[in-house]
Amino acid sequence: MERTPVLKTVNLGITFGGLRAVEDFNIEIYEGELVGLIGPNGAGKTTVFNLLTGVYTPTEGKFYLSGKNMNGKKTHQVVAEGIARTFQNIRLFKQMTVLENVKVALNSKYEYKFFASLFRTPKFWRKEEELDKEARDLLSIFNLENKANYIASNLPYGQQRKLEIARALATGMKILLLDEPAAGMNPTETAELLECIKIIRERFGIAILLIEHDMSLVMNVCERIQVINFGKTIAFGLPHEIANNQEVIEAYLGKNED
Amino acid sequence: MMNKNTKLKGYLVNTVALAVLLMAFLILNANFKTPFYSVVFIPSLWQISYLIILAASLNLVLGFLGQLSLGHCGFMAIGAYTAALLSLYFERAGIFTDKKAPVFIVSILVSLLAGGLLAAIVGIIVGIPALRLKGDYLAIITLGFGMIICNVINNLPFAGMEGLSKGSAAASLYKTGLGFGNTLKTKYAWVAIVITILCLAAMFMFIRSRFGRAIESIRDDEIAASASGINVSLYKVGTFVYSAFFAGIAGGLFACCNSSLSTASFAFTNGSILNSTFIVVMVVVGGMGSLTGSMLSAVLMFLLNYVIKNVIKASGMPLFVQNLFKYPMLVYAIVLIIVIMFKPKGILGTREFSLVNTIEYIKGKLGKKAVKEGGSK
Ligand SMILES: Nc1ncnc2c1ncn2[C@@H]1O[C@H](COP(=O)(O)OP(=O)(O)OP(=O)(O)O)[C@@H](O)[C@H]1O
Ligand SMILES: [Mg+2]
Repeated sequence: MERTPVLKTVNLGITFGGLRAVEDFNIEIYEGELVGLIGPNGAGKTTVFNLLTGVYTPTEGKFYLSGKNMNGKKTHQVVAEGIARTFQNIRLFKQMTVLENVKVALNSKYEYKFFASLFRTPKFWRKEEELDKEARDLLSIFNLENKANYIASNLPYGQQRKLEIARALATGMKILLLDEPAAGMNPTETAELLECIKIIRERFGIAILLIEHDMSLVMNVCERIQVINFGKTIAFGLPHEIANNQEVIEAYLGKNED
Repeated sequence: MMNKNTKLKGYLVNTVALAVLLMAFLILNANFKTPFYSVVFIPSLWQISYLIILAASLNLVLGFLGQLSLGHCGFMAIGAYTAALLSLYFERAGIFTDKKAPVFIVSILVSLLAGGLLAAIVGIIVGIPALRLKGDYLAIITLGFGMIICNVINNLPFAGMEGLSKGSAAASLYKTGLGFGNTLKTKYAWVAIVITILCLAAMFMFIRSRFGRAIESIRDDEIAASASGINVSLYKVGTFVYSAFFAGIAGGLFACCNSSLSTASFAFTNGSILNSTFIVVMVVVGGMGSLTGSMLSAVLMFLLNYVIKNVIKASGMPLFVQNLFKYPMLVYAIVLIIVIMFKPKGILGTREFSLVNTIEYIKGKLGKKAVKEGGSK
């Protein structure tokens, strides 16, 4: 019996006016896999994420989560189905505390009715207590539990990145899309991030699609890599295959004219 | 730690404190009969009540949800007219005719609630299209809706210039329906107080819940909020409607303590204390994202307005000084500028006044003092 991929795209594409930002994007990611998505600046990587999370509506093609078509769903619906993401330029809830940031993403998991909150029913307290516990558990994965009451924007940069991942994890996803999580990090922070990604994979067993410019990181952690340039897929395969692929080297370093 | 017991203790302390204050007020109310009390203090209390509800409810949209709405007075107008018309209807139908009878309280409460509900329904109708816009565009469209509401009311045969608002100041409201004179205002002052407390409690329960977190996340970053699974448009409209409901209740209170209604009181160009920009000023001065801040600034701005209106004229100051205060809106604008310059986040910012924390703080101070004194001995 064939396994259904967690995420599958079929000829996914989008055109902005005259610009074909992404075309014929095909990928299959299975449970527990970590796939890298790389390409030069402006290749269309973030646009792929925006398509997969309902920020943009694809002009061509389809995409499926565990076999279910996701085209035309709004962002919050896609998230409810199980696609979570982080952003290239960190987007935290800046005026809220670290703990509240994570709690927002647990909003629909620990649901109670409006009247339960108005009259502070036993259900309200029970749900809030469970929610609080899970939020703190998630923070502890990233060693942020002792910063729970800090205002999010006061965290150092590396920890803001981690908090964003913790928040994405709180949505209870099947696949996690990480957009350049190591951008702007120093080597120590990057090493810590690697550790976190490892822990996430062990604890949650989810699929991860990772955009990253740090080649050593990509080559280290990814099981498969897909390379895009000018919106088109130019290569996919195992890390060492990609590292030796002529077209990929040209895309990054330019063609040797002689 | 999110601790249920400390929170329940907080609720208990607040409830006890409010109950004690209310009792004290009732005793005062029964025994105090100076003209100042019934002519100045009690009407001011009514005004402050609805101003507090207005400012706090707008703060839900402006401070917590982060959307600029300039049509809040429109919802207040709906509440005021609905409450007045309903009580008038009761009166004509022969029920609740005696304003001094204890059952009249039912008429007041039903009218206020109806005003709130109708304002909420209109809130849905206005909110769904308007909240697709953001920033300045939202401000302009809500401003427009506020004006439209007032114009519609004005042209309704039973409400506007041909109906409820017909005639001069001594019109229908005094004789029938709501519209209390000073005796009744004194008699029912506790109603205004209790309703204000209930409305604020309902707003606090809302913001201190998953709903409050959701709307604050929308304020901070809409895209990240939806990527965290928040249905942004639903929560936006929901908050807008909730806020409109309370504006409607505030309108009902307004109808109780005024002898007549005119949509001019709620118009954008109205130079007095009641217009949508003035409420925005109250929210900003108190602190966007602080309900207790809104309460505080509602009281302060009321006092400022009172001073401008009554004290300056009677003060015998040189004429040119008095003339400066001829345009109250100018004064509010200056107040706003001063606040933004020196305290950009408003008086309380996003903090809330908490009785329990204040008690703890004072205890701490006293404790330290005791330790110091103990040490010096
Ligand atoms: N909303 C939009 N409207 C028009 N063009 C867009 C839009 N979004 C992205 N693009 C264009 O699509 C192309 C791909 O952009 P994208 O942000 O996906 O690149 P990227 O691979 O993430 O690059 P980087 O490594 O710099 O993050 C760019 O040329 C960009 O200008
Ligand atoms: Mg990008």
